[in-house]
Amino acid sequence: MPDVARDVVEHVSTLARLALSSEEIDRLQHEMGRILEHADKLQAVNTDAIQGTSHVIPMINVYREDQVGESLTPEEVVANAPDSADEFFKVPRTVEE
Amino acid sequence: MKLHELTAYELGERLASGEVSAVEVTEAHFARIDEVEPKVAAFLALTREEALEQARQVDDRRSAGEDPGPLAGVPIAIKDVLCTRGVQTTCGSKMLEGFRPPYDATAVRRCRDAGMPMVGKTNMDEFAMGSSTENSAYQITRNPWDLGRVPGGSSGGSAAAVAAGQAPLALGSDTGGSIRQPASLCGLSGLKPTYGRVSRYGLIAYASSLDQAGPFARDVRDCALLMSVLAGRDQRDATSADVPVPDYVAGLTGDVSGLRAGVPRELMGEGIDPQVKATIEAAVAELEGLGMAVEEVGMPNVDFSLPVYYLIATAEAASNVARFDGVRYGHRTEQPVEDVYDLFAKSRGEGFGPEVRLRIMLGTFALSAGYYDAYYLKAQKVRTLIKNDFDAAFAKHDVLLCPTSPTVAFGIGEKADDPLQMKLADICTIPVNLAGIPALSIPCGMADGMPVGLQIMGRPFAEDLIMRVGDAYQQATTWHTMRAEL
Repeated sequence: MPDVARDVVEHVSTLARLALSSEEIDRLQHEMGRILEHADKLQAVNTDAIQGTSHVIPMINVYREDQVGESLTPEEVVANAPDSADEFFKVPRTVEE
Repeated sequence: MKLHELTAYELGERLASGEVSAVEVTEAHFARIDEVEPKVAAFLALTREEALEQARQVDDRRSAGEDPGPLAGVPIAIKDVLCTRGVQTTCGSKMLEGFRPPYDATAVRRCRDAGMPMVGKTNMDEFAMGSSTENSAYQITRNPWDLGRVPGGSSGGSAAAVAAGQAPLALGSDTGGSIRQPASLCGLSGLKPTYGRVSRYGLIAYASSLDQAGPFARDVRDCALLMSVLAGRDQRDATSADVPVPDYVAGLTGDVSGLRAGVPRELMGEGIDPQVKATIEAAVAELEGLGMAVEEVGMPNVDFSLPVYYLIATAEAASNVARFDGVRYGHRTEQPVEDVYDLFAKSRGEGFGPEVRLRIMLGTFALSAGYYDAYYLKAQKVRTLIKNDFDAAFAKHDVLLCPTSPTVAFGIGEKADDPLQMKLADICTIPVNLAGIPALSIPCGMADGMPVGLQIMGRPFAEDLIMRVGDAYQQATTWHTMRAEL
């Protein structure tokens, strides 16, 4: 695969919520293209009637009793936040008045 | 012999007999760290005071007549991917600079409960994405065998710390080879357990269907000792397996006669350095001499492991690192923002390094509408075929043998600019994660003055068997007793 189209890289960066500089988009067009070219080897593999594997070890649903255990205090929960007030995480305004 | 040159098992014996105290052992390792850390740069943080306090507690318990266990007082280094309560955990990323987890990972807590003083947090590729530790946002770690070469990755700091005598044991994590490849490149024994054998709670996720934590040590006996601490079901990780944990140390009988080993043709051919290949062939012959039956085995789909891995791993990674948004923890941009989405995008663009950004983009692409079936779903289907190849091989063979790494340690900077070349370093280790099986790397010779590692793969939950094979090899040979000179 040649370089990935610029508008595709820009669209994916929006999906990923990742701000990229113009030079970074250049780099990614090339590097993504190179790796996806290699990945295209897979298209030659016959996978008709093959189920995908998402979990390797056979396991059915895991249940447990719903019991109250140890948990963190609100202070501990917000202790690593870049910005907080009382027991809340602070972010910029998202809803206009 | 100096204390920092002893294995964990030897230290444990001397601690139990009262010949040395846990404080003396811990101080000896910090003296070694002071001596060699400026050259090796294995650690992102040292926890001297906490370690000495833990050591004093162990000594007090022994003075009071308690038996605190075989590893009590034996120091350990912890990869910075594992959460440590109150101790900075960066995952090698600027995104998590200053992050102090409010809880311990289960693997860390189990080490604490076993009385093991934690000496510090080790360097790694950012979010465990890499094979040389050069993707760390903080520093370059050097291979103690040759300071001009990489220690491997992503758990390069843990490997370098043990190889340099800064700790007898370390914890790493392995998503595509991140324990085994650095163990190989640094002349150590390292184990990637079966998926689900060790709890992933508090292990910062890279690719959740592939990640496992496991031990680095100087020999297999020490791996077995540490696995006895780490393995077992944890209610906090629903994917941890409810499978009985055998006595791993008692399983090291030295007897491998009658065991059947397969050597996958696909992992001994193209891309394997000729000197590495010759060294592996000699190691396989040694095991044959110990009574194992060896034959070649074909696993055709294993050739597709690399593209399957970077589609599945990047897709899972893109989902996992979505949590880093500059709100609850981690880096937040100081640029002006228009709204909360802009805050996410700018914080993430600044906080993640180039390799992480590339993998987020690849993974998001592989999961996006229009590409999902062709890339992500296709990779999951080929993963099934690879797993089927392993199932077929293990129907006839007890273990599979191949190189851990196709080359010995490469030079710092040598592959840093070429992500695809770097990924080729993992061609022998990646299939193991895709199949979820356990695998051990042990030193089995030297090439170009650097250690070569033999990879021993086993059936799910057969850690005891692959460690028995590795230990039998070490009882018959001396490669594991070689030490890097610093």
